[in-house]
Amino acid sequence: MINISEVLETNRWILAENLDVRTITMGVSLLDCASSDLTETCKKIEEKLLRLAKDLVKTGDDIGREFGVPVINKRLSVTPIAIVGSACCKKPRDFVKIAKTLDKVASKLKVNFIGGYSAIVSKGMTKADELLIRSIPEALAVTSRICSSVNVGSTKTGIDMDAIRLMGEIVKETAKKTASQDSLGCAKLVVLCNAPDDNPFMAGAFHGVSEADAVINVGVSGPGVVNHVLKEIRGESFEVLCETIKRTAFKITRIGQLVAQEAAKRLGVPFGIIDLSLAPTPAIGDSVADILREIGLEHPGAPGTTAALALLNDQVKKGGVMASSYVGGLSGAFIPVSEDQGMIDAVNAGALTIEKLEAMTCVCSVGLDMIAIPGDTTASTISGIIADEAAIGMVNQKTTAVRIIPVVGKKEGDSVEFGGLLGHAPVMGVSRFSCEKMISRSGRIPAPIHSFKN
Amino acid sequence: MKKAIITVVGKDSVGILAKTCTYLASEKINILDISQTVVQDYFNMMMIADYSKSKTPFVEIASCLTKLGSNMGMEIRCQKSEIFEKMHRV
Repeated sequence: MINISEVLETNRWILAENLDVRTITMGVSLLDCASSDLTETCKKIEEKLLRLAKDLVKTGDDIGREFGVPVINKRLSVTPIAIVGSACCKKPRDFVKIAKTLDKVASKLKVNFIGGYSAIVSKGMTKADELLIRSIPEALAVTSRICSSVNVGSTKTGIDMDAIRLMGEIVKETAKKTASQDSLGCAKLVVLCNAPDDNPFMAGAFHGVSEADAVINVGVSGPGVVNHVLKEIRGESFEVLCETIKRTAFKITRIGQLVAQEAAKRLGVPFGIIDLSLAPTPAIGDSVADILREIGLEHPGAPGTTAALALLNDQVKKGGVMASSYVGGLSGAFIPVSEDQGMIDAVNAGALTIEKLEAMTCVCSVGLDMIAIPGDTTASTISGIIADEAAIGMVNQKTTAVRIIPVVGKKEGDSVEFGGLLGHAPVMGVSRFSCEKMISRSGRIPAPIHSFKN
Repeated sequence: MKKAIITVVGKDSVGILAKTCTYLASEKINILDISQTVVQDYFNMMMIADYSKSKTPFVEIASCLTKLGSNMGMEIRCQKSEIFEKMHRV
């Protein structure tokens, strides 16, 4: 039988260390909503989402209250809209109409985000893909709950450099269109390599074409908990350190598994995956940077950071895999800057630069995330940063991503405020050396060789 | 059997257990086990209870207990037991 110390531990994690279920994300296929008529497509999308997800928010809240664990976000992810709208969208404006429909549905259902305003262009862009990409700045400016992602490469296909060149311009334009809100649009736009089909976390969530008609994916988080348990084993060996992280990740993932199964049962939708990601929030103590400090770094960015992060990421995965049969999505440690007070402190202390963050993305679960850069950064430099991240992902067979915000009117050292879970960020400097000639080349980078691994 | 874990945390005072148990009895919730510790004057109590005979929705029971607790200056949480079983048992 459960004993009092186990109960008190769980409740302490929930109440004091910010343990929560970060998101229940319902993935919905919109392939059957496609038609050659735009109005009809929008109508079908609205009908299907309202039908399948009508009880999503209530179910999430009920589960949260019954088990006493907060379920923070309830979200939707949909089939990449570039595919859904390919037959009916002839202009970028047509895609914006679908974005508005999705935004309206999200608001009706009270889900906080809907992901999937996306294009998968790992090897090349169709006409529709390009139209969708060109519509992103406007779509993100006129909606509030839409998240957009573009997958520009994969280990199997190589990297589409034409798409990367275009994305540099799109990121800039999105920043300009939302300049009055500190270029907030860019916080809802991510460029990926090797994007997973079942990721429940924003901004990169979409419902891949390999998925069933509808699934429930759950994202669990708990950097505060890991930090707390590590305080109790300060100075112990790596073996104890790893074992402790693994055990904690196991326990956290089990909660996700329970919540996911309950949600799937109540909503009559199959359970997809658990994504165990240490996803920080701006709340004090809910920080991946604090874990790195607890492992023994003065600040993230100090020598040893990449090794510490590699260890953390791997133990989180190992604990998670034991706890659930279906671990998927991104599962690992997120290292956003604006959403993690410890990362912000490290940048302000001069310990953390974009170059070090890039090295850290080789071993973390995603990439350069929520980084504010000067508004006058050129499109080609942004493309260069995206290309570097995509190359890391492609060669290392992992997901990588770039979500950077060239904040209009801000320069290095300034500060921006995004609000809520998106937090605030110091504007970080980027290299002043040009990559324009490389980015202006057309075509793609071939897929890497899969033998001679060194 | 449907098991709930009820925890009561706060400064120790007279009648905490009585009031909680009276409410549970009125809802036909059967107490299976009680354990408690006092840490630095803080009263920590845990009950395992069977709510399968109660007609009231679980969420309502939980919120009534929370209200009852705040009237006594205590924090009472009522959670379905699966969360603890999943977390602490392989």
